[in-house]
Amino acid sequence: MTTTFARKHLLGIRELDADEITHLLDTAETFRDISQREIKKVPALRGRTVINLFFESSTRTRTSFEIAAKRLSADAVNISVSTSSVSKGETLLDTARNLEAMSPDCIVVRHSMAGAPQQLAKMGNSPIVNAGDGSHEHPTQALLDALTIREHKGNIQNLKVAIIGDVLHSRVARSNVHLLTKLGASVSVAGPGTLVPAEFAELVDHGLSVEKGIEDAIAGADVVMILRVQRERQDAAFFPSMREYAVHYGLQSKHLKLAAEDAIVMHPGPMNRGVEISSEVADGSRSLILDQVTNGVAVRMAVLYLLAGGGRTELEERSH
Amino acid sequence: MKLLIANGYIIDPSQEINTGGKHLLLENGRVSGMLDRGEEAPRDCEVLDATGLIVAPGFIDLHTHLREPGAEYKETIATGSAAAVAGGWTTVCAMPNTDPVNDSAAVTRFIIEQAQRAQLANVFPVGALTKGSEGIELAEMGEMQNAGIVAVSDDGKPVPNAGTMRRAMEYAHGFGLTVVDHCQDPSLSKGGVMHEGRWSLTLGLKGMPAAAEDVQVIRDCVLSKLTRAAVHIAHISTTGSIEAVRRAKEAGLSVTCEVAPHHWTLTDEALVDYDTNLKMSPPLRSRNHVEALLEGLRDGTIDAIATDHAPHHLDEKTLEFDRAPFGITGLETAIGLAFELVHQGVIDLERLVALCSTNPARVFGLEDRGTLKKDAHADITILDANYQWKFDGASSKSKSRNTPFDGREMMGAAIATIVGGKLVYLNPDFSRLTESKRREASA
Repeated sequence: MTTTFARKHLLGIRELDADEITHLLDTAETFRDISQREIKKVPALRGRTVINLFFESSTRTRTSFEIAAKRLSADAVNISVSTSSVSKGETLLDTARNLEAMSPDCIVVRHSMAGAPQQLAKMGNSPIVNAGDGSHEHPTQALLDALTIREHKGNIQNLKVAIIGDVLHSRVARSNVHLLTKLGASVSVAGPGTLVPAEFAELVDHGLSVEKGIEDAIAGADVVMILRVQRERQDAAFFPSMREYAVHYGLQSKHLKLAAEDAIVMHPGPMNRGVEISSEVADGSRSLILDQVTNGVAVRMAVLYLLAGGGRTELEERSH
Repeated sequence: MKLLIANGYIIDPSQEINTGGKHLLLENGRVSGMLDRGEEAPRDCEVLDATGLIVAPGFIDLHTHLREPGAEYKETIATGSAAAVAGGWTTVCAMPNTDPVNDSAAVTRFIIEQAQRAQLANVFPVGALTKGSEGIELAEMGEMQNAGIVAVSDDGKPVPNAGTMRRAMEYAHGFGLTVVDHCQDPSLSKGGVMHEGRWSLTLGLKGMPAAAEDVQVIRDCVLSKLTRAAVHIAHISTTGSIEAVRRAKEAGLSVTCEVAPHHWTLTDEALVDYDTNLKMSPPLRSRNHVEALLEGLRDGTIDAIATDHAPHHLDEKTLEFDRAPFGITGLETAIGLAFELVHQGVIDLERLVALCSTNPARVFGLEDRGTLKKDAHADITILDANYQWKFDGASSKSKSRNTPFDGREMMGAAIATIVGGKLVYLNPDFSRLTESKRREASA
C-alpha cells in the first residue's frame, strides 16, 4: 500500500478513479480499529491544525470530523459561519484569506451552496475537504457508505444498489452514484418524478438507471439506500404531503421482500422516521445505520491523514 | 472637417457594396460619398490609409448595460463608451435596468447628457416598458421617446403577465418603438443559476430549463401577431426559440432576434469549476442549443450580434456561485469572437457586417445609421480580419473585469472606430495609419 494520496484536495468523488477510491477505503480500514481501542489516539497528525469551517449547521458530520482529527492528535478548530452574516459583507475570498493567514494544514468545508469548496480550493493554498456542498457532493459520506458495504458484502463490484428518495437535492446520492459505478456496482434510483429527473441517468456513462416506482429499483437489490427528505433544500412543493410520500416512497418491510435475501439498508441520517423509512426497517436487523456512523470516523481519519500531511510525515521519518 | 478613408475594402450590406476599388470620404459628420481609386482626393483632408483593412458602417450594439446611473462602481457611461469604441462599436443601446430605472424622460436625458460629455460612442437609451420595470403599469414611452429612447424593454425582469405584455406592445407600437424582451418565464426559471441539464445535475446547481425561454418567445411571437408590434428577442439562446422566431418570420411577423457571442462560443460544461465569470442569464447552454444558434446565424434567422455587456465588480463575482450576480463584460471581445465564426466558415464577412451594423440599425429603426449611403452619419468601423491578438482583461477599458475570455487568442478585430466623422479609437499597433498619411496629405 502506498502511503501518499496524490491529490491536494478531496472535493468530490466524480474526479477520482477506482484506484484512488480503493486506496482511501483501504486506508480507512487500517484506522477503524483505533476507535475500538481503550486509548483512541495515535500521533499521526501531531502538531497539525485542522479547521472545520461550517457554513451550514451539522452536528454529526462536524462531530465526526472533529473526533477523527483528535484521534489523529491534530488540533481541531471549529468555525461556524452563519451564511446570513456572510451576506452582510464578507466574501468567500475574504474568508479564504483570513483562514489562510492562520496556516491550517487542512480545511474541512461544509456549505449550503454547491461549489463553495471548489472555489475556496482555487482561492487559497490549504488542502480542502468537502464535507458536503449544497446539492453537489458529499465525498466522505459516499466513502463511509462504501466502507460499510465492503465490510458486509466483501466487495462492491457487481452489487445491485437501489437509492430511493430525493435524488435531485441530494449530494449523498450524487457522490454515491459516482463511487459505486466507478467500483463496478449497478445503481437504480427511484422516487417522486419531481425529485428524480429522467436526465439524472446521464450523470454517469454507465451503471445507472432511473426507475419509476421504488419497487422496480429495489427488486433484487443487495443494498437499499434511503435518502432523507430535505425540506430545507426545497423551494417549492415537490410532493403533496408527507403522508402521501410515506405511503408511496417510504421504505417499509414489505419492500425488503423484493430485495435480495441478504440485502442491507442504509440511511445517511438524520432520519425522518415514518416518512422515508419506517421505524421497523430502520431498527431492523438489516439496518446498518449505526455502522455507517462508526465507519464515518474511520473514513475521515483516513482523509485527514492523507491530506493534512500524515502520509508525508511518515515518509519523511522513514527517510531519516 | 474632412476625412478620407483610403484604399480599404468597403463592405456595406445596405447597398450591397463589396469592393476594394473605392475610397470613402467623410465630411462634417456625414458620409459625403465614395471616390474611385484613380480620382483625386479633395484638398485639406486628413487621410486614413486602410490598405488591407475592411471599412464598414459603424457597429451598433443593441444590448449594453452601462450601469449609470446607480452602479457607477461597476461602469460609467464614460468607461462603457470607451470600452465600446475600443471594441469597434460606434453606437451602444443602453438598457434601462439602472437605479433609478430609465422609465422617465429625466433619466433618459441624464444618460444622453453623460454620453455627450464622454464624446466617444453614440449612446442611445432603451426605455423601460413598465414603471420601475415592475411589469405592472406602462412607462411613459412617449415622453421618453421625445427625450431620445430608441426602444423599450424590461430587460432582466421579464414581463410575466401576458396581458400586461399585450398592452405594452400595443402602446409601444403606436410610437413605432420596438419592444425588446428578455424571454424567461420566471415561474420556470426561478432560483436557477445555470442551464438545466446534465451539467446542472452533476454540479448540484439549480437549473433554468430551455423551456423557460421557449414559452415566452412563443408567447411574444403570438402577441406580436395579435398587436402587430415589432418584437425583438434579446440574447436568444435555445433551439426552441430559434425555431419559434424562424416560424414567426416565415409567417411575416415583425419578430427579430439577437445573439450574444458567449452563447455560441461556450457551453454549460465550462461551468465545471464553478467560475462565476461564466454565470449569466440566459445561461450558457448545451451543445445542441449552440448548434441551433450557429444555424440561425447562418440562415438569417438571427438578425443581430449584441454583446449583453454586463459589468460587475470583482467583489460581487468572488462570492459563492449561487450568490454571484449574472452577467459578463462583452464590448471588447464580441468582434474577436464574431471573427471566429468567419474563420470557421459559419458566416462570411458581409454577413458579419450585416449582423453588427445594417441589421441592428433596422431593428431599432435608427435612421441614417448602419449604412454608408451619402449623408448617412459618419460612423465607421474599420476591421482587420487577420489581426492576431490576445484579449487582456486587465487592460480593458471597462471598469469591470468579469469576463471568461481573459487571455483568449483571437484573430480579427476592429482596429479603428470613427464616430460622427471623428476618429475616437485607433488600435496602438496601427498608429502608422494616420501618422504617415497626414504628412503625405499636407505635403
